[in-house]
Amino acid sequence: MKTENQKAWFFVLPVLLLVAFNALVPIMTVVNYSVQETFGNNVFFWQGLDWFEQILRSDRFQAALGRQFLFTFLILIIEIPLGIIIALSMPKKGMWVPVCLVLMALPMLIPWNVVGAMWNIFTLPKIGLLGYFLNDVLGVSYDMTQNPFAAWVTIIVMDVWHWTSLVVLLSYAGLVSIPDAYYQAAKIDGASPWKVFRYIQLPKMKTVLTIAILLRFMDSFNIYTEPFVLTGGGPGNSTTLLSIDLVKIALGQFDLGPAAAMSLIYFAITLLVSWLFYTLMTKDDAQ
Amino acid sequence: MAKITLSNLRHSYMPNPTGPADYALKEIDLDWQDGGAYALLGPSGCGKSTLLNIISGLLTPSEGRILFDDRDVTDLPPDQRNIAQVFQFPVIYDTMTVRNNLAFPLRNRGVDEGRIARRVAEIAKMLEVEEMLDIRASHLSPDNKQKISMGRGLVRDDVNVVMFDEPLTVIDPHLKWKLRSKLKELHQRVRATMIYVTHDQTEALTFADQVVVMQDGEIVQIGTPVELFERPQHTFVGHFIGSPGMNVLPAEESGGAVSFQGNRITLEGAVTGQGGTTQVGIRPEFVSLAHSGLPARVSKVSDVGRHAVVEAVVGDTPVKAIVEGELPEQGAEVHLAFRPDHTRLYRDGWLSTENEGSART
Repeated sequence: MKTENQKAWFFVLPVLLLVAFNALVPIMTVVNYSVQETFGNNVFFWQGLDWFEQILRSDRFQAALGRQFLFTFLILIIEIPLGIIIALSMPKKGMWVPVCLVLMALPMLIPWNVVGAMWNIFTLPKIGLLGYFLNDVLGVSYDMTQNPFAAWVTIIVMDVWHWTSLVVLLSYAGLVSIPDAYYQAAKIDGASPWKVFRYIQLPKMKTVLTIAILLRFMDSFNIYTEPFVLTGGGPGNSTTLLSIDLVKIALGQFDLGPAAAMSLIYFAITLLVSWLFYTLMTKDDAQ
Repeated sequence: MAKITLSNLRHSYMPNPTGPADYALKEIDLDWQDGGAYALLGPSGCGKSTLLNIISGLLTPSEGRILFDDRDVTDLPPDQRNIAQVFQFPVIYDTMTVRNNLAFPLRNRGVDEGRIARRVAEIAKMLEVEEMLDIRASHLSPDNKQKISMGRGLVRDDVNVVMFDEPLTVIDPHLKWKLRSKLKELHQRVRATMIYVTHDQTEALTFADQVVVMQDGEIVQIGTPVELFERPQHTFVGHFIGSPGMNVLPAEESGGAVSFQGNRITLEGAVTGQGGTTQVGIRPEFVSLAHSGLPARVSKVSDVGRHAVVEAVVGDTPVKAIVEGELPEQGAEVHLAFRPDHTRLYRDGWLSTENEGSART
């Protein structure tokens, strides 16, 4: 016997309303803009998919997207291994554990625009500690406001400084959950440290690493505040990442149509890559 | 394979132990004969896992030496001692297949692939896991995972000793007896020394030829299951082994005569030693209801199937008896008889009567 009870819908309703107001309605507004042209006064003209086509064909968008992928790729390839290495070398028990954890968590507690401002001052030639040290003590020519390469190095180092901790903390959580018996068995089986890492630690960290990579991908792909404060997208357009470019189009030029289309493309790419990655990583478990 | 000797072994987890209370293991002297099946039995926290980890080399003892066939291995790491250990929770390498799990200890030692394939096939056959060889180990059920962790120990033919640290903890009850008999069978085939740590007397008594009973970091008795049952050297052994455990009754001693609640008790033999706290120990199996003897009042009768456990109060002390056949009513006045050849005196916990040529039971 199955009793049909439709009352449950009423309990879900408040959540639906909440989601509608803070997610569905704003997104639909963006969708609305992306297929129309407006000259103000609430007058709209149907545009179809023209904005999408225009954005996808534009060199400016392709360049920004390329920079965005390069940035995300570089920080992932540095932060993930570095985070694992730091987590592996952290103590597992004793009085240093809380000290390490607090030190690790500190960078993440700093507001993003403060991070940008800090690194901006830190790297200024002549007055910034790092800028002065590099230019006047070591004699390395370094000015991230003039040199695109220096600007790239700076935003990457800044992101690594800010976010590697997240990977460290997640990996560490995975590592301490491994029972001692695994290490003891590996010792008795005569496994080398590399094999312990490859066959015990890495598999046990897989779930948390999947989460770490996903979070770092999404965050870095959507990054705005820190590079905006630090370089403002310059010198030239060299560090203009997708979100910075998007804000320039939307709020600088007030081209709402193209900006809306670009937002949706941006969103779709983030979603697609995250989904692909997650599906690939969890594929074996589902067997 | 080898004989294992532990000499003057002591271990403390503290850096500067002061008194005996700081030691997890107090003075252990023990020989494990080559090819024996041993059980280390004791309650949680008695030091049995510590002792096991010292033998396997996961722990270095504070004092004392460990010899494998007269070779001192005290300072050798686990992988150089040629031992195998099976843990409480199955340890398997999740990402490998069953086959690679079994081959792992051999590959790490650089054994050639042909030989590895042969050994893995042999062990898989012995453990009856042949059809699982190409499955990923993470997909196995807990009992099969535990079989694989045993297999990784047995696959090497140079092992001196295989140690089991409460290996059946996570196994479903109906599979426990299966694995236990498998273990016994493996011991007969492999003929390696095996040490089985457990707090479950049934597991210990069914697996082992020799049982080592531990309490508070000390060995209280070593013997065959029959010896432990028949003649416990310590009240702890009497109490810990058997269901229900031995009756341990307060006793007064005066001039070689022992009495319990004012009743003179006949013991198995002459009393040795003097002073200390004395107790009479007798197993419920050897207490019977009789027409004459110690007057008692029945306080509880529990029928456990094959027989019943009758608890009767003598004075103010309850005494358990195993009774077959007709059962008394609760509250009935009865008389208890103790079988003299199984009635012993314990002084400060330790056996204190001589066994006067009565090996009979």
